[in-house]
Amino acid sequence: MTEDLGLAQLSLLIVYLSMAVITMAMISFAVSLAGTRTSKLAARERVPALVGSGGDGTSSAADSESVSEAPKGLRAANVGMSLTWLAFAMLLVGVVLRGVWAGRVPWGNMYEFSITSALGTLAVFLVYSFFRDVRWLGIYVTTVVLLTLGVAVRVLYTESAQLVPALKSYWLIIHVSAAVICGGAFTIAAGVALTYLVQDRRLRRTPEGAEPPASRLPSAERLELLNYKILTFAFPLWTFAVVSGAIWAESAWGRYWGWDPKETWAFITWVIYAAFLHARTTAGWRGRRAAWISLVGFLAFLINYFGVNLFVQGLHSYKGF
Amino acid sequence: MSELASDLSTQPAAPPPLGTKGFFRWMWRQLTSMRTALILLVFLAIASIPGSVLPQQGLDPVRVNEWIAGNPTSGPILKRFGFFDVYASPWFAAIYLLLFISLIGCILPRSFAHARVLRAKPPVAPRNLTRLPRSTEVDSEYAADAVIDSAERIFRAKRWRVRRGEDEGGQWIAAEKGYWRETGNLVFHIALIVLLIGVGYGSLWGWKGNVIVVSGKGFSDTLTQYDVWGGGRLVDASNLPPFSFTLTDFNADFERGEAQRGAPRFFEAKLTVRDAPGATPYDTTIGVNEPLSVGGAKVFLVGHGYAPHVIVRDTTGAVVFDDSVAFLPQDGSFTSTGVIKVPDAIPQIGIQGLFLPTAALDEVLGPYSTFPAPDDPALFMSAWVGDLGLNSGETQSVYRLDNSQMDLIGREALRPGETWDLPDGVGSVEFVGFTRWASLQIAHDPGQGIALIAVTFAIAGLLLSLFVKRRRMWVRARPAGTGSTVVTAGLARSDDERLESLVNDVATAAAGGVERDRTRT
Repeated sequence: MTEDLGLAQLSLLIVYLSMAVITMAMISFAVSLAGTRTSKLAARERVPALVGSGGDGTSSAADSESVSEAPKGLRAANVGMSLTWLAFAMLLVGVVLRGVWAGRVPWGNMYEFSITSALGTLAVFLVYSFFRDVRWLGIYVTTVVLLTLGVAVRVLYTESAQLVPALKSYWLIIHVSAAVICGGAFTIAAGVALTYLVQDRRLRRTPEGAEPPASRLPSAERLELLNYKILTFAFPLWTFAVVSGAIWAESAWGRYWGWDPKETWAFITWVIYAAFLHARTTAGWRGRRAAWISLVGFLAFLINYFGVNLFVQGLHSYKGF
Repeated sequence: MSELASDLSTQPAAPPPLGTKGFFRWMWRQLTSMRTALILLVFLAIASIPGSVLPQQGLDPVRVNEWIAGNPTSGPILKRFGFFDVYASPWFAAIYLLLFISLIGCILPRSFAHARVLRAKPPVAPRNLTRLPRSTEVDSEYAADAVIDSAERIFRAKRWRVRRGEDEGGQWIAAEKGYWRETGNLVFHIALIVLLIGVGYGSLWGWKGNVIVVSGKGFSDTLTQYDVWGGGRLVDASNLPPFSFTLTDFNADFERGEAQRGAPRFFEAKLTVRDAPGATPYDTTIGVNEPLSVGGAKVFLVGHGYAPHVIVRDTTGAVVFDDSVAFLPQDGSFTSTGVIKVPDAIPQIGIQGLFLPTAALDEVLGPYSTFPAPDDPALFMSAWVGDLGLNSGETQSVYRLDNSQMDLIGREALRPGETWDLPDGVGSVEFVGFTRWASLQIAHDPGQGIALIAVTFAIAGLLLSLFVKRRRMWVRARPAGTGSTVVTAGLARSDDERLESLVNDVATAAAGGVERDRTRT
């Protein structure tokens, strides 16, 4: 069976190019974070005046906060956002070409999962940017995506278009797309939780009564809420991903749940994020502890994705190289 | 407001009071508190980890034994504490059972409370609405009556539950919405309990067996025909569904390209099935992801391999053995080992065989297969004569030769069609060719339907409990001049960024007049 590698090579080239663009986006975000602390301070002082004149009375606190972040000094971040859009478009082309070349959804091996997850992460980030100002998160998202793509092209790359028989099912599309979107959401939630911990630490280090130092980043409260909101979106979807995986496993392997390492870690991830949702409504756990639980959940997700596929013997060990 | 705070199922408990009854009450409160549930969840996650790192009895018993043999100190200790069967171990069960008891203890009182709330009217408007976290005061040119009327219309149009009243502070209306949040939350947690029941039901009444069927041969669903069979405690093993089938053909295909060479690409097993003895047979094909449903059980294709066809003749040339024998694959290229036992020969003959679909010879490792498809098949054999030990009364594995009472008489490699004349005039072995076998898993899990329904409800409940907002609003209007002063306030049970704009919208619409913003001064 000879396979024409033309489209696959083109797809790979485009993935490489998108990595270059993401690198530039990452640098832009880094510049915007490093260089604008003073302009942020100036922006802060203007906030009351802006709200006072805004005066239609219906704008919420969240609106006024995003107004406060809009002023100058964010040019680099805006360049970063544009570059991220460009990288997303290129990566989309790369993933689609890969699928066209293989003649199926491009989710047959770990290389393909990885480039699709990177795409999913960018998509979640960019979609979110429509609703909220999330440019401060750009540096994190671009770094994670770049790492994912780097591992994909250097370690996981394979030139096989065929699927092992167990993957030949429409559940592939349902199960994997849900898992990929969750991967993107978990990744971004982890970035938010990390930022929250940074902000929380800054607040706690501020002496009692003193004004906390100015920061480019959103307030700890907002970050806490953002993390929660992303995870309320991702948790039901992850539940669905696990359930659809179980239904698929029933038809492929004859049982819906068998404690295969992949299933076990999907379960662990689910339980940890469930713990996060409970921690948020438990006195003394909301905030720092909940943020740590959410980070541990992301760690479990990563172990499930990389660790189980590459290092553990099980039914999901179709690493593809 | 106590009801709004009851999102936490139980408040953190005080130290235990004296007395047995008090102590148990204290224990129960501890167990059903959210904090305990949280800690049990974390324990459950941690307790699941060893099962993914250590080999497990249910998945790979051979590797369990290897692991224990390789770790003579820690192995037996870990085995003693159930680390090779984590998900059936008492400590794992203890965690999830405690979690579920805690869950029930939390869900029950909440269900009763919620049932009362569902039948109750929204709570009376507080006297001073401006003290609530979100409130706004506006002047209206309309009379208090008309303002409350229009507020009621607004609330009813948005399907809020409303209640009107009047006191010395003027007319008021209370509205509440989002009861589905708590309903969904309760449904989710109850569905988890039902899921556990489904899993338990399936493991008590379900059964699962594995069998290797050589192409051309048949299988009927009775206990003796299985290679391995396991059933729940309440299964009547003598009363399995009476279906039978013949494996008429098996096809497999493998990757021949450079990348992932030898990886499986396609399997299918063709069967002729009878639902019951005497029923009309029908043909069907099963493959991966395409099981056969028959007699309440499902037949899954889980593996395959080769079965060399061998004819053994004795010294007189009479056929003493003529069959295809399943050989077990040892690697991804299907280097397969198996044993041929010929008890009818005198003396008895035993052959240890190595079947190679694509044969190659390594100077150090000996013969092995380079590709899983039969491109260049060969059968390597060692022949033994003596006593097979079949009459000793002990059950023997068909894949192992007990050569303790046998002598090795020679080794040979054959291609299909070739014959090996055994040394010492014992007879001859002809390698006729080969066929394939399919490894089938036949399973019956009556808990599956329950589990599926439970998870469907769980997901629906989860979505409701995470996305529905529970909100309360009040509007008070008191006469002022020709019109009225209207105070509107809202209260949410969870984070609710839209509540403020909602309060403002309702205030503006109800008053229908000029607004005096109270929220940001």
